Amino acid sequence: MENRKTLIELKNVRKSYDGKTNVIEDISLEILEGEFVTLLGPSGCGKTTILRMIGGFDTPSDGQILLDDSDISLLPPNKRPINTVFQKYALFPHLNVYENIAFGLKMRKVSKVETDKLVKEALELVDLEGFEERSINTLSGGQQQRIAIARAVVNRPKVLLLDESLSALDAKMRKEMQLELKQMHKTLGITFVFVTHDQEEALTMSDKVVVIADGNIQQVGTPEDIYNEPANVFVADFIGESNIFNGVMSDKLTATFAGAVFPCVDDLEKGIKIDAVVRPEDVDVVEAGKGQLSGQVTSCDFKGTFYVMFVQCGQYEMEVHCFDYFAPGTTVGLNVDPDMIHIIPYDMSINHYEGQLEGINDEGIITVKFADLVRKVDYKNIYADASFEEGILKAAGGETINVAGTNVTVSFEPSDADISDDANEGDVTGTIISFYYIGDHYSYTVRSESEEDYVVDETDLWNQGDLVSVVIPDEALKIVLA
Amino acid sequence: MKKGFFDRRQLALPYVLFLLVFVILPLFVVVYYGFTDAEGHLSFANFLAFFTNMRTVGTLVYSLVIAILTTIICLLLAYPVAYILAKGEYARKHSFLMVFVLPMWINFTLRITALKEILTLLEGNLAFHPFLNTIICMVYDFLPFMIMPLFNSLAKLDNSMLEAGADLYASPVQNFLHVLLPLSVPGIVSGVTMVFLPAMTNYVVLDMVYNSTYIMGSLIGSYFSSYDWNNGSLISAILLMMIGLVTMVTNRLIGDKEVASR
Repeated sequence: MENRKTLIELKNVRKSYDGKTNVIEDISLEILEGEFVTLLGPSGCGKTTILRMIGGFDTPSDGQILLDDSDISLLPPNKRPINTVFQKYALFPHLNVYENIAFGLKMRKVSKVETDKLVKEALELVDLEGFEERSINTLSGGQQQRIAIARAVVNRPKVLLLDESLSALDAKMRKEMQLELKQMHKTLGITFVFVTHDQEEALTMSDKVVVIADGNIQQVGTPEDIYNEPANVFVADFIGESNIFNGVMSDKLTATFAGAVFPCVDDLEKGIKIDAVVRPEDVDVVEAGKGQLSGQVTSCDFKGTFYVMFVQCGQYEMEVHCFDYFAPGTTVGLNVDPDMIHIIPYDMSINHYEGQLEGINDEGIITVKFADLVRKVDYKNIYADASFEEGILKAAGGETINVAGTNVTVSFEPSDADISDDANEGDVTGTIISFYYIGDHYSYTVRSESEEDYVVDETDLWNQGDLVSVVIPDEALKIVLA
Repeated sequence: MKKGFFDRRQLALPYVLFLLVFVILPLFVVVYYGFTDAEGHLSFANFLAFFTNMRTVGTLVYSLVIAILTTIICLLLAYPVAYILAKGEYARKHSFLMVFVLPMWINFTLRITALKEILTLLEGNLAFHPFLNTIICMVYDFLPFMIMPLFNSLAKLDNSMLEAGADLYASPVQNFLHVLLPLSVPGIVSGVTMVFLPAMTNYVVLDMVYNSTYIMGSLIGSYFSSYDWNNGSLISAILLMMIGLVTMVTNRLIGDKEVASR
C-alpha cells in the first residue's frame, strides 16, 4: 500500500459559475493510484463540482488538475482516461445493454471480436450475464446501476468516477452495492472517486475520505481518522452523532466543559479555548453521584441494538447511547474516559475581521470599517493610553496619532451577539448557512450577501436557510491595532 | 373526491359529436365521392385516370419533390436553431424561441404578400424563378412548424446523455451522430410530418406569388372550382392514403424509440 504514486492532483482549484460566488474556494487534493477516495459533504457543498472537473464536464476557474503529472484541466471528457457512473445512470435509451456497454469501445474503434469479449467480461463482473439483448427500459433500477458501472469499467479507465451512484437505490440494495463496489475496486485495481452525502456509506467504502463543506476541504483522512479525530466542529457534527461543548483547557491535560472538569489526553496549552467532542457511545452511565457529571434522564428510546438517552446535566444536555433502559426522571451519573474526549482548539478565525479606521471626529469618536459594517467607537476603545485634546489624538509619548487608514482587527464573541428575525433590526442581514448544537446552546453561522460569516450563539432554534439579522452591540466589539 | 354534475362519459359527448360531424363524416364523404362517378355508381375510373394521365402523375411527382426539398431545408435550418435554443445557456431562451415562432401570429396573407414584395425587389420578375420562389415561400411558411417539435424534443433531452457520450470517448461529431441525433428522432419525425404533408398541398402560397407551378393542392382546387367533386375527392383520398401510409411508417419508427426511451 505504501509508496503509491499520485495519480490525480488538484492544485489550488477554484470554481465559480457566475464570476461572483465561488462554488469551490481553493482546493488542493492528491489522489493516489488505486485508492478508493470518497468526497463527502452535505448537498450543495461542491463535491459534485469537484467530480465534474475531474471528469472534464466543468473546467476550473483557477488552478490546475494534474493526471499523471500532466495538466488535464482543459481537456474535454472524451480525451481523458476517466469514466463516470452518472447519478441517474444516463444509459442510452436507444441502445440495448450490449450497445450501451460497447459504446466507449466503439468510439475508440476497438475490434468487434475484442468488444464482444470485453462486454461479456464486464457483464460477468456485474453479475448480469446474458443481458446483452435486453433493452434498457426493461431493467430494474439496480440492474441499470450495474449496467452503468459495466459501461464505465469496460473501458479500463485509470479513474472511475461515481456521482452519488447509490442514492437512487433502496436501503437493502444499497448495502449490497456498497460491498460489491468495494469488491470490484479490489478486483479491478482502478482508482475510484466516489461522491456521496451519506457519511455511513463513505466510512464503509473508502480508503480515504475527503470531507467537504461550503466549497472547502474540511478534513482528509482514513475513515477512522475522520470519525475519531475530527478536525473541526463541522466534521464532528457531520460524521456520526456527537456531543459538542465549548470549553477551556483549565490545566495540563485537563479540560473544563459542560460544567465539569475532565482529565483528557490532548496536550494543549493551558487557558486556550476549546471545543470538546464526546461521542454518545463513549459515555458511561454510572450510579447517581459517582460520575463526573450528574443529571436527569429526559428521554430514553430503543433503537434496535441500543438505547438513545438524553440526560440533562444542569444547563447542558448530553446524548448517551447505552444498553440499559433508564426511565425518564431517573438521576444518573455520567463518566467519560480521558481518551474518549476529543479536543479541538477553538477556531480563532471565527468573528475576526480585518478592518480599517476611517477617521476621528471632534468628539474623539473613531469610525471603523470592517466586514459589512461601519461603526463609531470611542478612541479609548482602540488607543487606551492615548489622550484626545483639541481635536488631536496624542499617544502616551505625546506624538500625534494619524488615525485614518490604520489597519485593525475587529472581533466579537459569538455569545455577545444576537440573532433577530427582523431583517432590518440588526447590524447586518444574512442567511443561516449552518448551525450546531453545543451542549447548552446553538452556534449559528450567518452569511451576509457579501459572503462574510458571523457566528452567533443563541439558545433559540432557527433553521438553515432562514433570513435573519445579526445584532452586534458596540460594547461587544474588540478592536486591536493590526 | 366530490362527484361533479356530469360523469366522464357525458362530458366526452360534445367532442365525440364534433369528431363525428367534422372529421369522420367528411372522411367518408371524400372516399365516397372519390370512388363513384358523376351518376353515383361505384367506379375506379377516376382512380385509373389519375395514374394513367401523365399530367396528374407529373403533378404528384412535382409536389413530392417540392415537399421533400422544403422538408429537408426546413430540417437543416431548424435543427441548429432548435438545438441552440434548447441547449444553449441563454437567460431568455423562451423569448428567443418566440421570435422564431412569432411569424405564425401574423396573418398568413400579410406575411406572404410581404415576402412577395421582397422577392420581387430582388428578382425583378417573380416569373423568372418559379421553382426557387416556391421553395423559399414554403420554407418561410413552414419553418416554425419544424422548430417547435425539434425544440420540444431537444429541451426534454437529458444533458447527462451528451455528457455520458463524451465521457465514453465520443468526439463532438460522434456524440452528435450516435447520441443526439438518434435521441431526437421523435422530434424530427413530428417536425417532418408537420411540414411534409402540408407542403404537398398548400397551393395558396403559390397562387399568391402569381406562380404557375402546379402542385397537388392546386389540382384539387381546380377540380373543385369546376364542380368536379369526384376527381377532386379522389385526389384528396389519394393524399389521405399517402398521409396514412407515412404516418404508419413513422409511428412504427418512433414507436420503437419511444418504448426504448421509457
